[in-house]
Amino acid sequence: MKQYSNVIAAYSIMVILIILVGIFQSWSIALTILNYCLISAVMTMGANIQWGYAGLINFGIMGYTALGGLAVVLVSVAPVEEAWKVGGLNMMICIVVIVAMVVSIKYTLKKVHKSKKRNYLIAGIIVVGLLLLRFISAPAIESIESVEPAKTGFLGGLGMPVLFSWLVGGLFAGGLAYIIGKIALGLRADYLAIATLLIAEIVVSIIKHEEWLARGVKNVIGLKRPAPYEIDLQTSPWFINLVEKIHSSKLKLINSVSEKQDVLNQLVIDASSIYVKLCFAGMFLTVVIILLIVTQKALYSPWGRKMRAIRDNEVAASAMGKNVVKEHLLIFILGSAVVGIAGAMMVTNDGLFTPGSYRPMRYTFVIWVMVIVGGTGNNFGAILGGFFVWFLWVQAAPIALFFINILTAHLPETNEIKIHLINSAPYFRFLLIGIGLLLIMRYRPRGILPEKIIKQ
Amino acid sequence: MDLLNAIIVLLNYTVIPALTYGSQLALGAIFVTLIYGILRFANFATGDMMSFGTMFAVLLTYYFQSLGISFGILPTALLTIPFAIFMMILYMLTIDKFVFSYYRIKKSPPVQLAMVSVGVMFVTQAIIRIIIGPSDRRFLDGEKFILKATEFKEMFGFNEGLTIKSTQVLTIVVTVMVVSIMFWFLNKTKTGTSMRAYSDNEDLALLSGIDPKKVVLITWVIAGVLATIGGILYGLDKSYRPFVYFNNMLPIFAAAIVGGIGNPYGAFLGGYVIAFAEIFLTYAYKRFFIYLLPESLEPNSMIQLLSTDYKFAISFSILVIVLLFRPSGIFEGKKL
Repeated sequence: MKQYSNVIAAYSIMVILIILVGIFQSWSIALTILNYCLISAVMTMGANIQWGYAGLINFGIMGYTALGGLAVVLVSVAPVEEAWKVGGLNMMICIVVIVAMVVSIKYTLKKVHKSKKRNYLIAGIIVVGLLLLRFISAPAIESIESVEPAKTGFLGGLGMPVLFSWLVGGLFAGGLAYIIGKIALGLRADYLAIATLLIAEIVVSIIKHEEWLARGVKNVIGLKRPAPYEIDLQTSPWFINLVEKIHSSKLKLINSVSEKQDVLNQLVIDASSIYVKLCFAGMFLTVVIILLIVTQKALYSPWGRKMRAIRDNEVAASAMGKNVVKEHLLIFILGSAVVGIAGAMMVTNDGLFTPGSYRPMRYTFVIWVMVIVGGTGNNFGAILGGFFVWFLWVQAAPIALFFINILTAHLPETNEIKIHLINSAPYFRFLLIGIGLLLIMRYRPRGILPEKIIKQ
Repeated sequence: MDLLNAIIVLLNYTVIPALTYGSQLALGAIFVTLIYGILRFANFATGDMMSFGTMFAVLLTYYFQSLGISFGILPTALLTIPFAIFMMILYMLTIDKFVFSYYRIKKSPPVQLAMVSVGVMFVTQAIIRIIIGPSDRRFLDGEKFILKATEFKEMFGFNEGLTIKSTQVLTIVVTVMVVSIMFWFLNKTKTGTSMRAYSDNEDLALLSGIDPKKVVLITWVIAGVLATIGGILYGLDKSYRPFVYFNNMLPIFAAAIVGGIGNPYGAFLGGYVIAFAEIFLTYAYKRFFIYLLPESLEPNSMIQLLSTDYKFAISFSILVIVLLFRPSGIFEGKKL
């Protein structure tokens, strides 16, 4: 029990912080923060699998998150029949062409000896393939995008339940990680960081600009929800009765019937949004707990020990007959898949897919700060990092405003410096996160909850 | 005549912009590569450091303008360069003293330093946004054009006009000047040689009596000069916006790696490789071919290899291809 005391202490502080937000700001805000904390925790766990278990630095988190989000659109949105009619066939042929390209390149790599001739052959296949793709897809893309461009203009998805898309998001991200891993995993650590960051940018720019796929920067709104809608809740009798029961003591104090009805309506509206957020929180919490159990088991299994051995001394591990390249690729895929799931969860929570919002600042660097601050190689630390840093990220502006007001209290309201500082309060979040990261790196380089090796 | 027109179209829309953009990238890429070669880490605060120097130039330009000081037909910002460089170097040395030096003395792995530079990136970004705000600012004054399209048409009687902006010439000239001084310094002076020695083999360099503190100091000074001038030139040519500077870090990294990281010559050329690839692959060649081909063959599509949306993606794809086939860069940098 003693060894978990600081874990318990850290988590209690986190819970208290969120409850304080609930009391002082509002419960709706507190739950929004909680939901995002849970999503961040999943992302952080994914990054922690790569960095903490295996020492692989992956700055491409943004790309996997975006791909997870794309999965939600492709799985849950109803198919656009008309678009399929005008362009579906050509797009299908394109997929066949891509598969044919990959197969023929593999075949040449296998059958032709390494020579200049082989390089030219592969280059030829790629050029011909790209021209063919362009030729087939160009008219189809144009006609797909012209199908009701204000509303659809894309192929749509499969119309399946949205929860299923979380798995697909994981699969998509894992697939991308396989490709990136094959290209970049041999590189030295800081090179790998740059390469993954840039490849993630490529992925995001494709999602942004291929409008036939998921409307690109025109965004997809009104995605399906695994939780009930507020409007439905507000009209269903069981919910109204429930709210009435909870607040019965408060409602009793009001005498006039019409006033009572007004108060009740307001309460029902508030309660419905909280209920929906609680539903999401429940689902996210389930994912976090399942992942925590699985990753914890993996960390202390023979496989986890092998990964740590590879991380701490690659040469020694490979001398012991461990296949370092294969294990690195595997863990790269697993970690990225977890991040993909988080990306799908996030889009589901928001109910909209906005490719324009995927930026490296928010989806790569902040997540990395979470991993470093929380504790590398420790799953409880990773989750805590996700919670704590996200909390800071959201609450930094109010905190900064509070301090600015105290420090400049003696200045008059019209003082230019005061006005300027108050206007730039939102940017103090960067300062807070940056200084936090620097302090942690300096004085507690293994994070708030450092890695624990249990010796058996 | 048609051939000349076609060439002018190419010059106007691709070659000159690419040379300008390439110069701006090249300065940034040399900055990255110097830090990587001598201080041995990938500096993720690159874009924001360039932005930091430019911020002072912008503020000073406004101040000078309010005082009524101007530089004739040249932009006032040029006058502010020395002050901006001074502030930039001061900032870099402060950061080095309080942040980077600790890890350098401890001989931490490069990854840790890279993570620390992410922290510096956050802090720098915060300072910039708190001081100047995130909005878009133009600070170019003086003469805007050296040659206008209409003047060019009248002068030589072509159908196509050639426009040369003063910022384009300024960028190219200043870059060539700064880079040649820097290469002269690195190759011919004693301090420069000691820096190269330190970069090649730290232990041997220390053994032969090279003062590491001096090398680090000079590196930051050169880095400050490159970052500030690169940032100001970019800001004059386009505009100053902190978010854009942060994003520019990515093609700059691509240029540095494509050229072979740790190798300043490679980084210089890498900047142009990236810029030319970006612009040549996204330019619509319709007008070019209209002049070259007979009327019957005239193209009816845009003849654009890739849409301009993919500008950034192109430089990153080049990087991926280079990493696949020549991981140490086109011009042989440090071994990975």
